[in-house]
This record gives sequence, C-alpha cells and structure tokens, in this order.
Amino acid sequence: MSSKRSPLKSIALHATLITASVIALAPIVWVFLTSLKPRDAWQSTEVKLFVQPSLDNYTQVLTETNFLRWFTNSIVVALFTTLIAVGLAATTGYALSRLKFPGHRTFAMLLLVVQMFPAAILIVPFYNLMAKLDLLNSYAGLVLAYVTVAVPFCAWMLRGYFSTIPVEIDEAGLMDGLSPFGAFVRLVLPLARPGIAVAGFYSFLTAWGEIAYASTFLVGDEKLTLAAGLQQFVGQFKAEWGLMTAAAVLITIPAAIVFLTVQRNLVAGLTAGGTKS
Amino acid sequence: MAGFARRYWYGLAMVTPVALVLVTLVGIPLFRGVYLSLTDATEANVGRTIGANVIEPTFEFVGLANYIDILSGREGDFYGVLLWTVIWTAVCVFLHYTIGLGLATLLNRQMRGRAIYRVLLILPWAVPTFVAAFAWRFLLNSQFGLFNALLNLVGIGPVGWLESPLMARISVIMVNTWLGVPFMMVALLGGLQAIPRELYEAAEVDGASAWQKFRNITLPGLANVSGTVILLGVIWTFNQFAVIFLVTAGGPGASTEILSTFAFREAFQGIRNYAGAATYGVLILSMLLVFASAYRRALRRSGELT
Repeated sequence: MSSKRSPLKSIALHATLITASVIALAPIVWVFLTSLKPRDAWQSTEVKLFVQPSLDNYTQVLTETNFLRWFTNSIVVALFTTLIAVGLAATTGYALSRLKFPGHRTFAMLLLVVQMFPAAILIVPFYNLMAKLDLLNSYAGLVLAYVTVAVPFCAWMLRGYFSTIPVEIDEAGLMDGLSPFGAFVRLVLPLARPGIAVAGFYSFLTAWGEIAYASTFLVGDEKLTLAAGLQQFVGQFKAEWGLMTAAAVLITIPAAIVFLTVQRNLVAGLTAGGTKS
Repeated sequence: MAGFARRYWYGLAMVTPVALVLVTLVGIPLFRGVYLSLTDATEANVGRTIGANVIEPTFEFVGLANYIDILSGREGDFYGVLLWTVIWTAVCVFLHYTIGLGLATLLNRQMRGRAIYRVLLILPWAVPTFVAAFAWRFLLNSQFGLFNALLNLVGIGPVGWLESPLMARISVIMVNTWLGVPFMMVALLGGLQAIPRELYEAAEVDGASAWQKFRNITLPGLANVSGTVILLGVIWTFNQFAVIFLVTAGGPGASTEILSTFAFREAFQGIRNYAGAATYGVLILSMLLVFASAYRRALRRSGELT
C-alpha cells in the first residue's frame, strides 16, 4: 500500500501524525522539563527547555512531604481495585455472554445505566452507608467505592469481548467433562487477554485518578490517596508549581507502566467490546 | 423448578457477586438519594453522632418542592447551567469523535513508525485526570504559562485563558478533548481493523474515490462501534466532574459550572444542602436516561444497532 502513496501524500500523512503526537505529548513533556528546573524557574516568561537541570524538586517532594505515604496508599487501593474489579467483571461478563439465564439482557442494560448515575446523587447516601459500615477512612471502603465505578463498564465491555470467542471452544470443554466455570477459567479466559488487559487498565486508572470519593471519604493524613493528598498540597504550597511538577511526574509513572504493559492489547481488546452492544 | 435451578445455576451464581455489590452500594444509595431529594435535608438537620451524643435527624418530607424550586429557576440558575452542560457535552463528544476518527483512519494505513505513533497518541489516556488538569493549568497560566510564552514569541499579547468566561469555556473543552480523544481513537481503530479489506479492494476495482470509499464502506462498517462509543462519550462527558472541578473550579463566577460540579458544590460547600444536591442528581440521571433510550431507539430505527 505504502508504495502506491505519492511522496507528497506521505509527507502530509506523517506531518499530521507528528503534529498530533506533539500535541498529545507536549503537556507531559513540559511538566517533566519544568520539574528538572530549579524550584522557582517556572516563573519565567521565556521558553527554555533546560535551566540548570537537577533532581532537587524530586528530593524535596519525596523527603519533605507526605508524598510517599500517599503514593503507597494509592498503590494499595489501585491494585486491590484492579484485582477485584477485573475478577468480578470477567465472571459477570462471561455469564452474560454465554449462560443465558432469565434477565441477562436487563442485567446487561443495567450495567450501562449504572454509568449514568452522577456522583452527586450517590455520594451523600454512600458516605452515610460507609459511616454505618465503619468503612470511612479505610482502604476497604475506597476500594469498594471504586469497584462500583469500574465494574459496570468492564463487565459490559468484557461481555462483548467474550461474545467474539467461538462458543464451540466452551462446548468442546464441556464435552471433555469441564464444568461451565472450568471451561471459562481454563479455555476462554486465556483467549480473552486483550479484553482483560483493557479492563485492568480501566480499573487501575479509575482508582489511581479518582478524586470526588477520595476527598470525601478520607480524613486526616493516614489513608489519603495521591488525588486527595495533592489537594492539600495545593493549599499548603500555594505557588509551589516547581514541586507540583515533580509530584505530577512521579504520579504519572505507575500509570505509564501499566499503560505500556497493556498497550499492545488495547486496540484488539476494546474493539471487540465496542462492536457488540 | 429444579430444572430451572440446574439450567441457570452457573449463570446466576456468576453474576450474583456483582448484583449484590451494585444493589447494596449503588442501589441503596440511589433510593436514599431519591428520597433525600424529596426532603429538606441539609447539614444542619440530618442528625449525627458526636462522641456519645446522638443528634436525631429533624429534616422533613417536602414532596416535590426542591424540584419546583430548581425547575422554576427560583433557586440557582438551572437552565443556564443546563445549557452550558449540553453545549459542553455536544462540543466535546463531537471533537472526540471527529478527531478520534481522523487519527484512527490515518493510523490504519501501512506506514513506517505506525506503532510509535499509536503509543504516543494513546498516551494522554494514561495520564491521571488530576495530573492532566494540573499540567494544563500550568500551561495556561496567564503570566508564566507555556501557551502565552509561545504566543509572545510571535507577538500576540497575553491571553487570559482561564480568566474570562468565554476563554475559560474554550480552555476546559480543550483539556477534555485532549483527554478524551485516545479512547475514541482506540475504539474506532479497532472498528476499522474489523472491516474486511476485500471491500476496499473491490471498490478500488470499481474506481471509487477515497471519499466514496469512506462514505460507503468505512462509515457503515463503523456504525456499531460509533453508536456505542458516542453513547458512552455522552454519558461520561455529561457527568465529567474532575476536569471542570480541577481546571477552573467552575469559575470564573459560575461560567464553566456543569450540572455535576454544581450538584457537588451544593452538597459539599458552604451549608451542605444534601437535598438540593440529590435533586440535581435525579435530574441529571433522568435526562441521561431519556437521552439514552431515545438514542438507542433512533439507532435501531435506522438499522444500525443489531
């Protein structure tokens, strides 16, 4: 195909994609470059890529603030959310795609409708419920909250993905004496890696970046996640943009690692989910 | 009955955990929220426990009074906020979809560096929203931001990106577009790859132009994916809380406030008006439900949804 493209068209194609990539990257790169400058260097009207590069901002964020504790909290919450949400979403998605129990259509519809519920209506009653269960200011409470946010989309998407895997595979497994659950775990799940990868990515990001529940359910400093903690940070260090840029880079690293691990699967995984409605 | 249990046992067992979680953690709060919207509950009268003292709740059932207050425009600027919420949703989803489709079409060709472009273009998806919001506020800072510094180089005076209502609205749309394009692009790229190559080859034999191929093969081939991602996009953008809340906090004034941030402010700032927030929540939910069912019906009528 590429041999047929005229040089002019080829240049236009690459120019467009390069421009788009620059727009996609520029905010992140600029924050990264600023984080390497001295603490007050952001207050400059000149555009300079490097100004006395050093890791001072990072040292300060890591040693003089509670950043590390918040970071650990976020990791714990995000990992548990991902594990639980993907597990629940996978079994539900599979049941909805294969085991046509009465009401499976309504249930699938419900997964879509749940995503329409604005936090505004849920958050106060949810807060009261958490208070009653003694789950405020705890990892468990926050993980539960994020599971309710992540599962509906993931289960709904995985249902679509499982539907693209031929039923004959399950049937062969059942013939060989596997239970429906055994067929799911041993035969279908390994084939569904792209879909699972998207679900994992989505769940991780939900927990890693959520702010409304985190800043309402957590008080004190002990259990704060990054999203909630940094709100404090903004108040405390009003104009400390230098430190903020270092924090922003550190926060993006785990998300970027998860992204790079799953990115090969994203296109294949999400597609299939999207094509079936 | 025994046959029924045996037949559906597995299916029911596998959805039960999710059903339980959703009923207890979403269903109960939802009903409670709908109930709160029919009361006059505020911070002052909901009752609480301070140490050993239990203060009984004293709020009362007021029927539809909250809805009447809000919908008649007597309390808060409901229609102003609603209008901006609709514009915000329509513009954002339109930009997400068209830019996403454009980039997906380009990425679907054979070319050098395709894998790298793909990774770079999806990257904003992996940036946590609150980090993205911070990064953009930094770029848009009117005194020291990169945008104004670059504009200054070409001789354009400083722009108050977040300072006037119009510019602030343009800015939040810009930020949300940056964040939302990758999802659309990935979903549509998958859709494009599922369209059989033979269709294009046959069209080429018939001498179809690029536009004709796009119009007659690509768009119909993407109908299913498009229908789904646009619906999801509308739901997510309508309820997009973090971008507005963190980039402009609804300001200047209340010019960038959308219904979901407005409701949150009711519930958690000043005298906490729980009933008012819940009422807004119910209104948001009803509007989305009406939109979603009308949308799905329209898709089904045009035969695009299977």
